[in-house]
Amino acid sequence: MTKFTPDRRSVLKGGAAAAAAIAAMSSEQLLGYAKAWAQNAQWKPEAGAKINLLRWKRFVEAEDVAFMKMIDAFQKATGVQVTVSNESYDDIQPKASVAANTGQGLDMVWGLYSLPHLFPEKCRDVTDVANYLGKKYGGWAPSASPYGMRGDKWIGIPVACTGALLNYRISSMEKAGFKEFPKDTAGFLELCKALNKNGTPAGMALGHASGDANTWLHWALWTHNGYLVDKNNKVIINSPETAKALEYVKQLYDVFIPGTASWNDSSNNKAFLAGQLHCTVNGISIYVTAQKENKAMADDINHAYMPIGPAGKPTELHLPFTMLIFTFTKYPEACKALTAFMLEAEQFNPWVAAAQGYLSHFLLAYDTNPIWTEDPKRTPFRDVAKRTLTPGGLGPLGENAAAAISDFVVVDMFANYCTGREDLKGAMASAERAAKRIYR
Amino acid sequence: MSTLQTSLKVPVEDTSIAARWQQLQTNRNYQAFWFMLPTAAFLLLFLAYPLVLGIWMGFTDERIGRPGIFIGLENYQWLWDDSVFWLSVFNTLLYTIVASVIKFAVGLYLALLLNRHMPFKAMIRALVLLPFIVPTVLSAIAFWWIYDSQFSIISWSLIKLGVISSNINFLGDSNWARASVIFANIWRGVPFVAITLLAGLQTVSPSLYEAATLDGATSWQRFRYITYPLLTPIIAVVMTFSVLFTFTDFQLIWALTRGGPVNATHLMATLSYQRGILSGRLGEGAAIATAMIPFLLAAIAISWYGMQRRKWQQGSDND
Repeated sequence: MTKFTPDRRSVLKGGAAAAAAIAAMSSEQLLGYAKAWAQNAQWKPEAGAKINLLRWKRFVEAEDVAFMKMIDAFQKATGVQVTVSNESYDDIQPKASVAANTGQGLDMVWGLYSLPHLFPEKCRDVTDVANYLGKKYGGWAPSASPYGMRGDKWIGIPVACTGALLNYRISSMEKAGFKEFPKDTAGFLELCKALNKNGTPAGMALGHASGDANTWLHWALWTHNGYLVDKNNKVIINSPETAKALEYVKQLYDVFIPGTASWNDSSNNKAFLAGQLHCTVNGISIYVTAQKENKAMADDINHAYMPIGPAGKPTELHLPFTMLIFTFTKYPEACKALTAFMLEAEQFNPWVAAAQGYLSHFLLAYDTNPIWTEDPKRTPFRDVAKRTLTPGGLGPLGENAAAAISDFVVVDMFANYCTGREDLKGAMASAERAAKRIYR
Repeated sequence: MSTLQTSLKVPVEDTSIAARWQQLQTNRNYQAFWFMLPTAAFLLLFLAYPLVLGIWMGFTDERIGRPGIFIGLENYQWLWDDSVFWLSVFNTLLYTIVASVIKFAVGLYLALLLNRHMPFKAMIRALVLLPFIVPTVLSAIAFWWIYDSQFSIISWSLIKLGVISSNINFLGDSNWARASVIFANIWRGVPFVAITLLAGLQTVSPSLYEAATLDGATSWQRFRYITYPLLTPIIAVVMTFSVLFTFTDFQLIWALTRGGPVNATHLMATLSYQRGILSGRLGEGAAIATAMIPFLLAAIAISWYGMQRRKWQQGSDND
């Protein structure tokens, strides 16, 4: 692996390109640029190439529009035909898995979490793309290599990341007696208790919500120094640290809005926007929707990093979106060209701007995109790729870690204890057993 | 003459394969074989092959995108002391038994009502079918809103009426969640039972009722000694189907709860999907699916040998 330490020059270059692209290019300009890019690109698409790309279904409409504009420019410039299909978060993985298993149907998948690690043998080596982009745009954030690499090969390109951070109502927080959002776990618990007392409760998903439940519960486990496995993939979930995390989350659950055990990924968005929920862990999508539909509420919303517990350092889990190319595609060069094209500053900056903070970058040069500073409420989401751990925790991100997070091992452990279905020891023992099975 | 005969016989015995082929082509007794062949091929390819493949996969550690190796009964040994698996077995049985019994009772009652003469009969019969016609996922989404923890119309109405003071935790509490999904399944399944039984009821000759009425039979006696015995074959078929559909239900649970809260509504089918497809361990998922087969066979056996003892099965019309 090449080490990409961001040197001043590449950062400047990225910044300049970002600045140039701020005024989103018109489609003609974009096409002109795309043509020039295709001339010089190191990947030459195969003649008559047709790509089937599956991506997650948009949460922010403008992002989707910008994405399709980019695809359109790529098609016109290269003659490659790209068919984009959308699936919701939960359906991406089964579809990709079926394609991987049958060896047909799709050429590329833009999925979430550790998708390439679920079937690494079916993912094409994209080291050349990763190296090209890393060199050009100031290097990759530290989490990019565990997400994108297996051994010394890149099997996926971490295109963007969506943050799972605290969304809260400023007025409710102040009414609860806090001037600023608590930075430690003890303060956060006090805040949630006070919010509940005021009838403006907090709430986070404890159901089988791939995004919302996994992100905050892994944070809760890690910030108490509990981990599913150690760095050698030995299962260590049954520990006093995990017990502390369970106790902590139980106390939170007791002051949450009722029903969080049944929540899926959209439940907290609905409840928050309806004014029933005053603090939750989510992407920036609640704020984006509120800005469009309820300006008064948007003015009252702010975001904060996850509080820090005994671990003494940030232990967040965010949602990376990684692009993978299947080994069985007939048009690998076209797929690689598209991946690289998407991440060039001229495309990436306006696209990320259109996503209004929902998508953040893994390439460090993109820190300078003004989208992150023009509205300070978005700023926390800028750094999520730098702060996120991987579902593997201390251990490597591989097939097993991918299986454990898909099987909700950690989520079920917390939900088991919080809902009173199992006691502390029982909940940990069940999780240990499930984890040992996966990591055998 | 005799020499001719022997010379004819010998080649027939020698080239027996060619002769068999000849026989297959021309003998009328083998005609049925040719007519059945396409169906047999179809069944083998689309039913037997996937079934056998699934059972085989249950004995391997296959993962998505990677072939597995034979590991014998390891998947089953693991499932044997997996509390989540047993919980899913319990849930599936509870779900199937409660939902099927209620579906049968309500369906039969509805069928008897619909069999009477009343105004707008045809329209009412068509309306009853509505829950069955709506795609499962659509009705599941409607129920999902009805059961929502914050926006439930039921909770809202009851709070406005002053019956309760806070929202009912429909899908967040284990028992409420089980009751809720069972109710949704019943709502969907009743029309199938009702309409099929109604079809059965219409085959019962009115003269039997007339004769019974003349003999002074009460309405209960008419049901017990005329309707019920004549309806038994239909009941057996309908209930077999109903039990099989309920036992293997997937969509409704997946759209409503995804097996939550804390696996309280995980059925074997949903658990199999979660383990096999979502977390990529095809072998284990296949083992869970295979574990459903004995239950399904038992359900079929009960209905065929239990409810269809009657001689009509053998062509006689009396016990």
